[in-house]
Amino acid sequence: MAEQNPKEVDALYEKLAREAEAGGYHLNPDREFTRALVEGLLTNIKRYGYRACPCRRAAGNREEDLDVICPCDYRDADLGEYDACYCGLYVSGDILAGKKEAHAIPERRPAKKEDRPQYKKKAEEAGAGIKVWRCRVCGYLAARDAPPEVCPICKASKDRFEPFAFPGS
Amino acid sequence: MTHVDGPVDRGDVTLYALSTCVWCKKTRALLEELGVAYDYEYVDLAAPARQDEVEAEIVALAGRAGYPTLVAKDGCVVGYRPDEIRKLLNV
Repeated sequence: MAEQNPKEVDALYEKLAREAEAGGYHLNPDREFTRALVEGLLTNIKRYGYRACPCRRAAGNREEDLDVICPCDYRDADLGEYDACYCGLYVSGDILAGKKEAHAIPERRPAKKEDRPQYKKKAEEAGAGIKVWRCRVCGYLAARDAPPEVCPICKASKDRFEPFAFPGS
Repeated sequence: MTHVDGPVDRGDVTLYALSTCVWCKKTRALLEELGVAYDYEYVDLAAPARQDEVEAEIVALAGRAGYPTLVAKDGCVVGYRPDEIRKLLNV
């Protein structure tokens, strides 16, 4: 296994931590665990040219791996349901606070290639059924199944969001 | 395939892992803590044809591919699930 330069690992770690906190997300507070993940990301950046998830086998071409380029398409849904993303790099506020623990979670990525988001053919198929939530504090709109844990703009909590547009309602 | 020796012999025990994956690393550490002899392969470092072959084998065993996958004579466990791994290996 190729070991990465510790300085490069630290630099990427700090960049990801900074970006996560600025957007209302958190990196896993288990430093050793997270550092190993960041090292895996760095390996994949050098190997594939993009930040492929270290815990999934990459196909090696960008289109096929698009949904698992970190942060992956499944991160936020997994944070909402399991308090952590698939690889455990991103965690919820509860895990950050030590109220819950990160553990292995089921794979949300569709097993069949054609069912993955980047292969949805028509625009209406891709966007169909997506809910929109509005932050009552700052008006930020989030088109996703559930509101984010924290508003990335004004940092208001999840319960300050209201339904804005629900398909079919 | 790389062999790791251990005092506990449970027949053929194979771990399919990714060299970049932290859960795979934890699984290896658990196996070594339990003292089970096993073989492992870093699938991401294998030739593309071998990667497809391993993936097909995991899909046949578990229904879908994921890493780590631990295969023993009585079945397989996908993911770092210490309780299930202990049960599978009877340790």
